[in-house]
Amino acid sequence: MVSTEVRTNALPRPTRSSKAGLIPYLFLAPGFLLFLLMIVYPMIRALQISFYNWGVFPGSTTTFVGFHQYFREFHDPVFWRSLENSGFYTLFTVPLQIFFGLLVALLLVKKIPGRGLFRALFYIPVVTSWVVVSLLFKFLFSTDSGFVNWLLNSLHLSSHNIGWLDTRWPSMITIGILGIWKGVGWSMLIFLAALMGVPETLTEAAAIDGAGPWRTFISVTLPAIRLTISFVTIMLVIGSLNVFTSAFIMTGGGPQQQTEVVLSYMYHQAFNFLDFGYGSALAFTLALIVFAVSFVQMRLFRGGVSRVVR
Amino acid sequence: MITGGNRKKSTLRTLRYFALIVGSAVMIVPFLYLFATSFKPQLYLFEIPPQFIPKHPTLNNYTTAWTSNSFGHYFANSVFVSVVSTGLSVLLAAMMAYAFARFNFHGQNVLFWLLLIGLMVPGMMLLIPQYLLANQLHLIDSLVGLIIFYVATNLAFNTFLLRGFFEEIPWELEEAMIMDGAGAFRRFFRLILPLSRPALATVSIFTFLACWDEYVWALTIINDPNKRTLPIAISIFQGQHLTNWGLVFAASTITIIPVILVFAIFQRQFVRGLTADALKG
Repeated sequence: MVSTEVRTNALPRPTRSSKAGLIPYLFLAPGFLLFLLMIVYPMIRALQISFYNWGVFPGSTTTFVGFHQYFREFHDPVFWRSLENSGFYTLFTVPLQIFFGLLVALLLVKKIPGRGLFRALFYIPVVTSWVVVSLLFKFLFSTDSGFVNWLLNSLHLSSHNIGWLDTRWPSMITIGILGIWKGVGWSMLIFLAALMGVPETLTEAAAIDGAGPWRTFISVTLPAIRLTISFVTIMLVIGSLNVFTSAFIMTGGGPQQQTEVVLSYMYHQAFNFLDFGYGSALAFTLALIVFAVSFVQMRLFRGGVSRVVR
Repeated sequence: MITGGNRKKSTLRTLRYFALIVGSAVMIVPFLYLFATSFKPQLYLFEIPPQFIPKHPTLNNYTTAWTSNSFGHYFANSVFVSVVSTGLSVLLAAMMAYAFARFNFHGQNVLFWLLLIGLMVPGMMLLIPQYLLANQLHLIDSLVGLIIFYVATNLAFNTFLLRGFFEEIPWELEEAMIMDGAGAFRRFFRLILPLSRPALATVSIFTFLACWDEYVWALTIINDPNKRTLPIAISIFQGQHLTNWGLVFAASTITIIPVILVFAIFQRQFVRGLTADALKG
């Protein structure tokens, strides 16, 4: 099994070089031109548009407004709320996805009968379309005669039907539960690959030294997979700050834009209110936040790693 | 002493299976409920307690979804878009990967870093400029517009995955072909691609599923009902028929059955692809 260490300095190192003149460019051209047109050029345009009051309709004017769209964000309560909601979603879903993903991976790391089947069952939500599972959860969490409310009532955990998708925080929790449910399988598979790369001699040595399973886990297994844990954390944080489809489908940002996340707010500004300039500023702000958070995490984890080693 | 150890062991085993069964039930029960609901007539949708085996099963939802609600047509659109996008994206990515894996050329590092950035930028950040671009190129309301976008967005990831695989192929094999006078294109098509079948299968599956499930771009550029793919068709359908969950879930089942089939058949490629995904950093 391949280990899942993060390679940060993965510069191209061709296994063999050959003096071939134009040939590599011929191989690159079709794909790379498309990539430049559809990905790189829009990146530059995204920044540019955010400095304009963009006229969408033919004949309407486009005016340069400098940082005006970014200043607008500061005075926009809906933007701050959407940021809070995306932040809440991240803080709620990332730790629980890591916890459950690691737990299931630990349960499956031994070669037990039915292992392949369990692995597949946990992974099925990962491959299913966000649209389908968002609609499914909307149905399961519906207030009257929804499956979840029925379950809570019959287990006597709740005496009335909860309006899961009627107000802000219950909605955010429901969207978060969907995110955790759909994401556990992914982190499980990554952790499983990492755990199988931990040499058995290490855990056996700990057992011979009289360490119990918990002790072995804390002082042998966990340090051995620390790079994987930081990789999974960074990927999950990026993914959850970009939450969109589930929120967009389950609540549409409502009621009264209470459950708007940053990207659903961006989408509404751009394609419902046709405010492309403001939409671009929102998108760019989120991208900056994502980059900053990832950068800080990479620094933090480096510190964490050296502490574990010592 | 020994029996005590055994008892402890079997308790642990029972606990392990108990936890796994509860966990996978949480994963699977929602799908079973979706499946059951898709066979229920409208009248029995909200029965309490929930029925996992419908008392009055009907295929009505499926026939209605497939025929009078054009889901057959949307299914065809989804198949067309996903298959063409996957084929093109994998071919173009393989060519790029070959250039990166086997040649030294000017600008190699710059191009590589550009790809890496493309991999890290959140996709939706580019939605507005991409929409404007699609507008300029008259790609709104066209399946070609979907295909071009899907090919482009999957290129970077596929290139990274395939480059790693190509580098593992022994150079001696290519040298032997060079001796026989084979050019780079011949080596690529006759040697590299056939030897990379497992890697090509992995990226094809990932790309196909990404295209099959894609929602945001299709929602943004497709307004013409004839051009809908399954994900937007289902979401719009639910918006229009708020309570007709039987129909919505029949359409959903039509959408997820191919995915689960592909997954069940190619599970091994999935695991390998994910590990490579983790490696790419």
